[in-house]
Amino acid sequence: MEQATPTAGQISKVCMLAGKIMLENGAETYRVEDTMIRIAASYGMPNAHSFVTPTGIIFSLGGMDTQASLMRISERSTDLRKVVLANDISRRIGRGEMSAGEAYERLSEVDGSSAGYPFWIRLLVAAVASGCFLLMFEGSRPDFVPAMVCGGAGYAALNRIPRYIPIKLFSEFSAALAVGVLACLLVRSGLGHSLDKIVIGSIMPLVPGLLITNAVRDLMAGHFVSGLSKGAEAFLTAFAIGSGIAIVLSFFGGEGIA
Amino acid sequence: MTIEPFVASFVASAGFAVLFNVPWRNVGFCGLVGMVGWMIYETLRGVPVEPILATLTASFAVTVVSQLLAKACRAPIIVFSVSGIVPLVPGGTAYDAMLNVVQNHYDMAVQRAFEAFMLSGAIAFGLVFSEVINHAIRKAKL
Repeated sequence: MEQATPTAGQISKVCMLAGKIMLENGAETYRVEDTMIRIAASYGMPNAHSFVTPTGIIFSLGGMDTQASLMRISERSTDLRKVVLANDISRRIGRGEMSAGEAYERLSEVDGSSAGYPFWIRLLVAAVASGCFLLMFEGSRPDFVPAMVCGGAGYAALNRIPRYIPIKLFSEFSAALAVGVLACLLVRSGLGHSLDKIVIGSIMPLVPGLLITNAVRDLMAGHFVSGLSKGAEAFLTAFAIGSGIAIVLSFFGGEGIA
Repeated sequence: MTIEPFVASFVASAGFAVLFNVPWRNVGFCGLVGMVGWMIYETLRGVPVEPILATLTASFAVTVVSQLLAKACRAPIIVFSVSGIVPLVPGGTAYDAMLNVVQNHYDMAVQRAFEAFMLSGAIAFGLVFSEVINHAIRKAKL
């Protein structure tokens, strides 16, 4: 396919945008670097360098007269759909099917889109998943609905509190607190039976699974800065959840626990 | 063996995939990965095998299946492995550790916390081993 040779500025813009989308939405750091370098290589810039940490991207096309780009990433969330889409676009660039201008447009579309599952579906799914985790951890069937209620409440708190107080640690803590309080109330009122099974099942949607996986994969790939900082983030999250539950348990005096 | 744990682990893992906004066509595969991991863990625990070894084997299996699916669907591997790993996370052990802390049983708390730590380590090693084998296969082909 014949196409105009893209300028260095265009290539750089495409690479930065692809990197930004992937990093902001939960891809591993080494995959972000890899994708950026591959895109640059398929536009005829084989000596590009990219240095990615969880909070920023530094990218240079290499050579004498090109400038390095820097981008600060301050907000991160989990939206694997965007990662998959950005990955698809980079594959198509690699096969030479997309010009730099078209790629930039497509990536901007992906970046701007906020589709994905609506909140009520995710809430429902989190609730059902909590119930299923309860069954997997040998909880009794009558506790299925209480676990759904607690898990849903925890997930709602995790998603809604950042609107008012933008501190991640605090929303995780409050979500765990909500799970604990609700579980205790349900057990006290006789609707739930086993407090510990209900709590374990319903805190599972709060578990930092993606962070743990990414931390290990980054460490394996030799990205120690990213791996350790993601590990620290996962540990802090686990700590926030643990303290939320611990506070409830110490107030309710462990009643309902065998 | 009843069908309940199969269904529960499938739904829970697929649910996690939805929470992470995985595209709809891949959600079923995510549930499948989670089900495979959890059933291996459960079967081994029933033998009985130590929890650490069971977790290691299960997370190894999860990553192998995820790698195959990632190749087949041309999607990044984390799409599949994340939802498969989540059921193996030692939430119950960590909860026990917290419970013992608030009851002032620090000796038990440290023991349980270390257990949870070792189980997380087992998950990490399962991920590493399967990556190693993946690289070995790729090298052998070249």
